[in-house]
Amino acid sequence: MSDTVTTPARRRNYLNADYGIKSWLLTQDHKRIAILYLVSITFFFVLGGVMAALIRVELATPLGDMVEPDTYNRLFTAHGVLMVFLFLIPSIPAVLGNFLIPLMIGAKDLAFPKLNLGSWYVYNLGAVLMVAALLRGGTDTGWTFYTPYSSTFADSEVILTALGAFVVGFSSIMTGLNFIVTIHRMRAPGLTWFRLPLFVWAHYGTSLIQILGTPVVAIAILLVAAERLLHIGIFDPALGGDPVLFQHLFWFYSHPAVYIMILPSMGVISELITAFSRKRIFGYKFVAFSSLAIAVLGFLVWGHHLFVSSQSVYAGLIFSVLSMLVAVPSAVKTFNWTATLYQGSISWQTPMIYALGFIGLFVIGGLTGTMLATLGIDMHVHDTYFVVAHFHYIMVGGAIMAYLGGLHFWWPKITGRMYSVFWSKISAGLIFIGFNLTFFPQFLLGYMGMPRRYHAYPEEFQILNVLSSAGATILGLGYLLPLIYFTWSMRYGERASDNPWGAYGLEWETSSPPPTFNFDEPPVVTTEAYDYLAMRDKRVA
Amino acid sequence: MWKNVPLFPEQASTLAGEVDALYFTFLGISVFFGLLVAGLVVFFAIRFRRRSPDEIGRPEKAGILLEIIWSVIPLAILLTMFAWGAKVYVEAFRPPGNAVEYFVTAKQWMWKFQHPQGNREINVLHVPLGQPIRLTMTSEDVIHSFFVPAFRVKADVLPGRYTTVWFEASKVGTFHLFCAEYCGAEHSVMGGDIVVMNPADYELWLAGRDSGPSVVASGEELFRVKACNTCHRPDSATLAPILHGVFGEEAEFQDGSTQIVDENYIRESILNPTAKLVKGYKPLMPTYKGQLTEEEVLQLIGYIKSLASDATESQGTVPASGSPALDSDEG
Repeated sequence: MSDTVTTPARRRNYLNADYGIKSWLLTQDHKRIAILYLVSITFFFVLGGVMAALIRVELATPLGDMVEPDTYNRLFTAHGVLMVFLFLIPSIPAVLGNFLIPLMIGAKDLAFPKLNLGSWYVYNLGAVLMVAALLRGGTDTGWTFYTPYSSTFADSEVILTALGAFVVGFSSIMTGLNFIVTIHRMRAPGLTWFRLPLFVWAHYGTSLIQILGTPVVAIAILLVAAERLLHIGIFDPALGGDPVLFQHLFWFYSHPAVYIMILPSMGVISELITAFSRKRIFGYKFVAFSSLAIAVLGFLVWGHHLFVSSQSVYAGLIFSVLSMLVAVPSAVKTFNWTATLYQGSISWQTPMIYALGFIGLFVIGGLTGTMLATLGIDMHVHDTYFVVAHFHYIMVGGAIMAYLGGLHFWWPKITGRMYSVFWSKISAGLIFIGFNLTFFPQFLLGYMGMPRRYHAYPEEFQILNVLSSAGATILGLGYLLPLIYFTWSMRYGERASDNPWGAYGLEWETSSPPPTFNFDEPPVVTTEAYDYLAMRDKRVA
Repeated sequence: MWKNVPLFPEQASTLAGEVDALYFTFLGISVFFGLLVAGLVVFFAIRFRRRSPDEIGRPEKAGILLEIIWSVIPLAILLTMFAWGAKVYVEAFRPPGNAVEYFVTAKQWMWKFQHPQGNREINVLHVPLGQPIRLTMTSEDVIHSFFVPAFRVKADVLPGRYTTVWFEASKVGTFHLFCAEYCGAEHSVMGGDIVVMNPADYELWLAGRDSGPSVVASGEELFRVKACNTCHRPDSATLAPILHGVFGEEAEFQDGSTQIVDENYIRESILNPTAKLVKGYKPLMPTYKGQLTEEEVLQLIGYIKSLASDATESQGTVPASGSPALDSDEG
C-alpha cells in the first residue's frame, strides 16, 4: 500500500507520515490498523468466495459429480468459517469502525492503540490456525460444529479450526472493549450521547455483544476440544453427555453474533441515508435505542435455532415470541430510514445506491426471518435452503451491501482519492441483480424441501439451482469490479476534496486523508447530529 | 420450461394444508409490507431527488405518533402470527390418542423402521392413508433429522434419547424422506421414500411378507430372555416395581422427586437403572448398557407400553397386533 501515495505534493497525512513495511506493521494509528484489517479481510473474503463458487458449480447438477461428498462438506464448512469469523464479524467494525469512530467523535485515536494493533495480530494468529487446518485437509463439521458429530465422529481438523475461531474471538473482544471505552471517554467537547452519529451508537451495541457473547462461544469451543481429546463426556450421550447442550452454548453466542454482523451495517446505512438526503434522520432516538434493543433482545432468542431439536414445546413458544420482539426495532429502523427520504435532497451516488439496495434486501431478509421465527413454518423450512436464503439476505444482502456502501462512501476520506463513478454504479447494479438471482430461488427451493448442506439433490430441484449458480456468477463479477477500480484509484484516482459529498460529520471536517492525529485543532461540537441547516448556515457565514 | 419446475411441494398430510395456510398468509403480509417499503423508497428517491448541488433536505420534527404506529402495528401482526404458528406447532408435536406407534432408528447413513406388526424396512417406510402415525425415533450415532417435505414435518433424531413426531398421510403416493441435520459424508444421500398406501393395500402389503414377531411380541421375548421378568413380576412388587400400568403414570423416586413415566424414562431405567431409583426399592437392577441394541430397547419399551394399555384387562397377555386403532379403522 505504501507505494500508492508517492505523489509528494499533498500535505502530511496518515498515509505519507511514514514509509516502509515496519511503519505499517508496528503502527498504533487506528487508521493504519483499519487498512491492515482491510487487507486481511479482503483476502479471506476472496478465499471464502472461491469456496462459494466451487459449491455453486457443484450444485449446478443434481448428481454430486464434481467433488467427493467429503470434499463438498469441507468446502461449505470452510466457506462458512472463513466468511463468518474472518470476514463478516470483523468487516465493518474492524475496518470502518476502526477508521471512523475516533474521527466521528473528534478523538486522536482509540483509547488503547496498542490493544488495537494487538487485536489485528490476534486475528491473524487465529486466521493462520484456520488456514493451517485448511491446508491439512480442512474441517467437515459445518461452521456450527454440532456435537456429537464434531466432538466424537468427525475425522477432520476440528480442533485446529475451532482453536482458530477461539483465538479470533479474542480480537473481536479487544475491538469491542476498545470501542466502548473510546465512546465513553474520548468524545469531543459538546459531543453528547444524543449528538453521536448513529454509526457510533450501532458500534456501541455491537461492542456490547462482542464482549458479552464471545466468551461463551469460546467456552463451547474449548469444551468440544476437550471432548475430542479427553472424552470428558459433556456432549457425547454415550458418556452421559447432552449433545443439545452444545447447540444452546453455540447459539447463545452465534445468534447475537448475527447482530454483530448486521448492527454495524445498520449504522452505516443511517450515515448514508442522511448524507445523501442531506437531512437529519427521522426519529434519531428511536434509531439509536433500537440498536441497544437489538443488542439486548438478541441475547434472548437463541432457542429459535432449536425448534425441532427436541427442545421442549414451551421453550419453543417463549423463544418464538421473543424472536418476534427483536424484529420490532429492526422494523423501526427501516421505517425511520424510509421516512428520512421524505422531503430529502436525494442524490443517486454509488453509496446511496448501495444503501437503497440494502433496505430492499434487508426487508426481505428480515421478513423471512420472522417467518422462520414462526413455529409452524419453521418446522417445515428449518435446515432447508429457506434458511440459507434468509441468512444470506441478511449477511450478504445486508451486511456486505452496507460494508461496500460504506467503503464507497468513506473511500475518499480513507485514501484521499475518488474511484470511477461509472464502474462503481455498474458494480452496484450487478451485485444487486446477481445477489437476488442467486438467493431468491433458494427460498423456493427451501419451501420445496431441499435440505441445506446437500452435495447431491433430487432432479426436480435442478432448474432453481441452475438459476442460483448463474446468479452467483453475476454476483462474483460484481464483487470483482470494486477490487479492480479501488486498487486502480489508490494510484490513479482523482484527488478527493475533504468533503466530496457535502456530508455532515466530524470526519468530513478534517482533511482527506486525515493527518495522523486526525484533527489539527481539537474539534468542538455545537450542533445536533446531521444538522444540515446549521451546516449550511455556518458555511454561508 | 416452467412446467417442469415445481414451485410448491405436494400436500400429502393433514398438517400440510395448515402449514401452507400459515405460510401463505405470512407471505402475503410480507409481500405487502415489502412492496410498501420498496415503493416508498423508490418514490421518495425519485420525487425528492436533488435538483441543485447546494440543496439540502427539509428536516421535519420527529413524529412520536408515527413511531408508535409503526412499532405497534408490526408488533400486533407478529404476535398474531406467533400465536397461529404456535397452534400449528403444538398440534404437530402432540400426537392424537389413536396414533399408531412406529419406531425409527437412524444411523450414518440410513433410516431403519419397524412397524408395530414387526415388519422392518430400511430407507423406505410404507404407511396407510388416513391413519395418524406416531414415530418414536432415536439415533445410533450423531444427530439426524427426519424430514418429509410433503408432510411438512421435521424433527431431529438424537442419540441417547427419544424424540417423536406424528403425521396423518392424506394422499396416496411416494414422497421424499430427507435427513435435514448435517450428519457427515453421506448426509445428502441419507434419504428415502415414504410410501403412502390405501389401508387395504397396506394390509395386503403387510400380509405379503413375513413380518416376524410384532414389536410387542419381540419385547416380551426380550423381557424373558434378558431375565427382566425374574424381578419385574406381574404379581409381586417385592423386588422391583410392577410394570403393568406404569406407562404415563407418575413415578416417585428415592429423593422425593417425581416424573411421568415416558419412553425416555424407561430407556434411562434400562440403561442406567440407578439414575432414578423408584421409592422403596434397592439398587438391585444391573445396567443393560451395551447388551441391547437401540432397536431392542425400543421393543422392550413397546412391550412395557402394551402392559400399560391393557393392564385393566387380562394381565400379561399380549395383543396380536400393536395397533388397535388400525384394526378399528378397517372395521
